[in-house]
Amino acid sequence: MFADWPILSLLIWLPILGGFLVLAAGRDAPHVARRLGLAVAVATFVASLPLWFAFERGTADMQFQELASWIPAFNVNYHLGVDGISMPLILLTTLITVVVVIAAWESVKDRIAYYMAAMLVMEGLMIGMFASMDAVLFYVFFEAMLIPMFLVIGIWGGPRRVYATIKFFLYTFLGSVFMLVALIWMYIQSGSFLIQDFHALQIGLTAQILIFLAFFMAFAVKIPMFPVHTWLPDAHVEAPTGGSVILAAIMLKIGGYGFLRFSLPITPDASAVLDTMMIVLSLIAIVYIGLVALIQSDMKKLIAYSSIAHMGFVTLGFFLAFYIYSNTGDWEGASLGIAGGMVQMISHGFISAAMFLAVGVLYDRLHSRQIADYGGVVNTMPWFAAFFVLFAMANTGLPGTSGFVGEFMVILAAFKADFWIAFLAATTLILAAGYTLWLVKRVIFGAVANENVAGLSDMNRREFFLMGVLAFFTLLLGVWPAPLLDVMNATIDHLVAHIAQSKL
Amino acid sequence: MNFEIPNFLPAVPEMFVLGMACLILVIDAFLPDSRRDVTYGLVQATLVAAAGLTLWMMGPETVLTFSDTFVKDPMADILKVAVYVTSFLVFLYSRPYLMERGIHKGEFYVLGLFAVLGMMIMISGHNLLTLYLGLELLSLSSYALVAFWRDNSRATEAAMKYFVLGALASGLLLYGMSMIYGMTGSLDIAVIAAELVAADESLNIPLVFGLVFLVVAIAFKLGAVPFHMWVPDVYDGAPTAVTLFIATAPKIAAFAFLMRLLVEGMGPLHADWQGMLIILAVLSLAVGNVIAIAQTSIKRMLAYSTIAHIGFLFMGILAGTDSGYASAMFYVIVYAITAAGGFGMIVFLSRKGYEADQIDDFKGLAKRNPWFAFIMLLLLFSMAGVPPTVGFYAKLAVIQAAVGADLVWLAIVAVIFSIIGAFYYLRVVKMMFFDDPQEGAEEPVQPSGALATALSINGLAVLLLGIFPGLLLSLTHYAIIG
Repeated sequence: MFADWPILSLLIWLPILGGFLVLAAGRDAPHVARRLGLAVAVATFVASLPLWFAFERGTADMQFQELASWIPAFNVNYHLGVDGISMPLILLTTLITVVVVIAAWESVKDRIAYYMAAMLVMEGLMIGMFASMDAVLFYVFFEAMLIPMFLVIGIWGGPRRVYATIKFFLYTFLGSVFMLVALIWMYIQSGSFLIQDFHALQIGLTAQILIFLAFFMAFAVKIPMFPVHTWLPDAHVEAPTGGSVILAAIMLKIGGYGFLRFSLPITPDASAVLDTMMIVLSLIAIVYIGLVALIQSDMKKLIAYSSIAHMGFVTLGFFLAFYIYSNTGDWEGASLGIAGGMVQMISHGFISAAMFLAVGVLYDRLHSRQIADYGGVVNTMPWFAAFFVLFAMANTGLPGTSGFVGEFMVILAAFKADFWIAFLAATTLILAAGYTLWLVKRVIFGAVANENVAGLSDMNRREFFLMGVLAFFTLLLGVWPAPLLDVMNATIDHLVAHIAQSKL
Repeated sequence: MNFEIPNFLPAVPEMFVLGMACLILVIDAFLPDSRRDVTYGLVQATLVAAAGLTLWMMGPETVLTFSDTFVKDPMADILKVAVYVTSFLVFLYSRPYLMERGIHKGEFYVLGLFAVLGMMIMISGHNLLTLYLGLELLSLSSYALVAFWRDNSRATEAAMKYFVLGALASGLLLYGMSMIYGMTGSLDIAVIAAELVAADESLNIPLVFGLVFLVVAIAFKLGAVPFHMWVPDVYDGAPTAVTLFIATAPKIAAFAFLMRLLVEGMGPLHADWQGMLIILAVLSLAVGNVIAIAQTSIKRMLAYSTIAHIGFLFMGILAGTDSGYASAMFYVIVYAITAAGGFGMIVFLSRKGYEADQIDDFKGLAKRNPWFAFIMLLLLFSMAGVPPTVGFYAKLAVIQAAVGADLVWLAIVAVIFSIIGAFYYLRVVKMMFFDDPQEGAEEPVQPSGALATALSINGLAVLLLGIFPGLLLSLTHYAIIG
């Protein structure tokens, strides 16, 4: 019954217009801003639920499509639709936004209405990006979300916020403009900006490699991959808690989504040629960045590096496909790797959000992110410690949590490709255990480190609720990932069948 | 010699503006200083009425008149309306600025109106002489405008520089025109084009020789590198109200001038002028964007930003396709609207005895007036070409034209420099939103009536045109392609 409703447009414009409403109504009334912001976020989340329930499993077609003419001069249309890859990411976005809005309740004191508005506008733009079937529409949303994020980091961030936010903006802008040139080139070839028409476009190998590199610039910066990851620790450390959560839980996924939506299907032959590079870069992210995470003294920075390492798993899962095919001659393992990467993205959305919220909980109390300032927190905040340990375990990929499922699938796929790739990828389990558990040991356990820690009060109901929700999803996805895989399977099989056909 | 009465109808808006300019000049002479608003009101009414006339007479056909020296076509109509709109905005923004400085004189508006007339003739010129006369009418009015704050030595210096370099450019233009006339035997744009098609190979070298002078003169007038030296000095030295004027509407006219001269007249030599424009475009993009970073004066920064925008404009034209010309037309209109808003913000922040022409003056604007900080944010992101503002579609259109003409490398050069350009726009955003106001300037900015409303509309237009760019893009396509 929902298939004909303009749900996607509602999901895009409700938060954007709601954001401006919050700004108008709540500028001088923080209470109004908070409540209205929450109402809009919850309404958007509720409105996104039909996507999950009315989504037709077993088909790779775009669903909930909407089409309207937008820029006739360039044959650009307002064309929306979701498939099994984008739909779960949209739900993740609406859920995480609710979490972020609640998390800002007390911790953001300065200009709360602007903060809520920025978060809601960003939500609408991110959903629009995931739902776009037109390349220009995609690009508009992709770029536009930089503006609110730029302001969020710059206004509510830490001491080096200006440096971090300009670096963030320029890095991502740098990546995306090359993609724009590639999109325009394909438009000239195909006469249409529809992404599916790009999929069908026959392109020579040289052009494919150049297009692949242009996409790589855009998405590798976003996700981020080694060596263009350096903006992320800066942005994460300086961003306010909500900004970090949005960045880690959703914005990084845009890079992964882009690889699946653009790079693999449009340039399959270039992906096959360059897959060694992608795998090597992914393994560097997993191993080297894992080692870098070990020595961090700042909690947020540690989690930021851990995010990069986990995203390395995502790109590894995506680009193993061609390697597996040339080794085994069948595409079965390829689906496994891509599905693993997708599960890892969703799972990391919950876990990284929870980890950054946990740091936010501590930061709100002591205004320090330094690991050395804490110790023995379990003595004063037992509930907090319980959640923190749970999410730490999920971060290391403990079976039973969502972190395990994705990593297991990717490692399994890696075994089909090459033992040594699987071996290196599996070291992440050790490294992640190393840096996460060491963090837990230093912050949570041990004797009470100082009088500040002794004076800590445990989580309030609001924080408890947030942690509980994220813990619920982390465990649910860990023990019962089947519903998520059901949603994605048809789309991923279709994608794999598509990339199996050479365009040459 | 038989004399036939020409068809006056296509030139009715020009004749109306000319008549009104003369009339207002006389009326103004009899007005006491306290009644200058009458002049202002009459000038604005003239612009509105001229817009009404042009829109009323708009039609899809191309009409030539006055022995084929004057043309009225959809491109001319649309560009003229764009000139009226930007000039209207400029006069509106200028009024409070002039009043606060005691230079609210009738000359400003009357000279402005003559400049508008010059632009209209440039837009509708179909003969080398008409084009030249239009350009000179605009230029002479502009020199006088820059100089009209007589007791300000910086403005006088800027006017001197502007005049000397402008005269040099006019000389080059005439020299080039005379070469072309010598080779083709005609001043008529259409005849020149026909002659060029039929021209013998041996004429190629003298023709290209003349072409070089035309291109150089156009580059001088538009301020493309390496003929840009006057732009920052004149923009910086002129009173902000005048900078506002010369930085906006004349660019639209210059685009039309370029279209008439190079595309319609010299079209058959496209292969020759394409290379010249590529050099100018790349240099303008590079120099404009890189040097803007080092500026501390916002007027100079915007001057270099204009130079970079001219580089983008050339990219659309040099592609040599109809969609390329349409994209350049879209670009120049978008540029004029955005630049009007940008310089308008400087006027908005300035007050008696205080120019607000340093970038630091924008510090903490979000605390002093969050709404106008938001407006400025939109304008800056539009200049940087970030969606969802209209500046993005302008860049999209010209990059598409370049890629379509197999100049992918040029598109890549352009986007690289636009990233560099993004930095200095971001720096202003950073100062407005992340920094605290300067000492002595903490008090909120009090917006004054019409200026505040117009500026808000200007800023929101940049956003709305960005969300619904289809109409304006279709209009420019209609103007060029039909």
